[in-house]
Amino acid sequence: MLFYLFGAAAVAASLMVIGQRNPMYSVLFLIASFAALAGLYVLLDAPFVAVIQIIIYAGAIMVLFLFVVMLLNAPQEDISRVRVMVAPSTRRIGALLVVVLLAELAWALATAGEREVWVSAEGLPEGESSVRALGLTLFRDYAFAFEVTSVLILVAMLGAVVLAKREL
Amino acid sequence: MPPLTHYLALSAMLFAIGTMGVFLRRNVITILLSIEIMLNAVNLSFVAFGRYLGTIDGQIIVFFVITVAAAEAAVGLALVIALFRHRETLNPDAFTSLRW
Repeated sequence: MLFYLFGAAAVAASLMVIGQRNPMYSVLFLIASFAALAGLYVLLDAPFVAVIQIIIYAGAIMVLFLFVVMLLNAPQEDISRVRVMVAPSTRRIGALLVVVLLAELAWALATAGEREVWVSAEGLPEGESSVRALGLTLFRDYAFAFEVTSVLILVAMLGAVVLAKREL
Repeated sequence: MPPLTHYLALSAMLFAIGTMGVFLRRNVITILLSIEIMLNAVNLSFVAFGRYLGTIDGQIIVFFVITVAAAEAAVGLALVIALFRHRETLNPDAFTSLRW
């Protein structure tokens, strides 16, 4: 089954992202994880999302990360770390929260059961018309959100320029 | 087609891996990468639910999430560069004072 193949690849690549000491390898494994997720999106009849996952996420955002990793040229994580003291009571609260989260997750997945009632793909537009339907919805129902997004990107752009400037 | 629960379980696993990365790693860039993993886990839930309910809205939300992720990456990496210039390290434990 393709789902399990892509899912296993995504989980394995994500674990490798966490496990690497060199951020360069982490970025490359994250790109592999994104490719697996793009495969899952194709299985979910969302070809446009799969394409922007590859082009924007893997192609643009991850290249930005790679640029910064190479620019800073600090590949190894500090071994002699500055330890911040954590009180034992804080740790106990953290462990309790983890247990609560796991129990909640197990409960949610157990009660959801194995529901097979997917809405048939007939109702959803396929292929080229799916991108058309996406565009129509985006520019009709979500037009305001789309415009607000442009303001967000402008602010992010200004923020990045101001923060990375040599003298504030 | 695998049941919706399997997609949600996969999404939960990816989100947990991202959370683990944020808490365990001692490198600001790896922490930002873990946040990207978490955002992607949420995206997977959105697309799976959208397909389950037969609407296209889930994919539109994913579009916005990716935009926000791009903005977050730009600002976050600018912050990393600014911090590295001050302290010559990427270890978040070194950034403990509010001003220096």
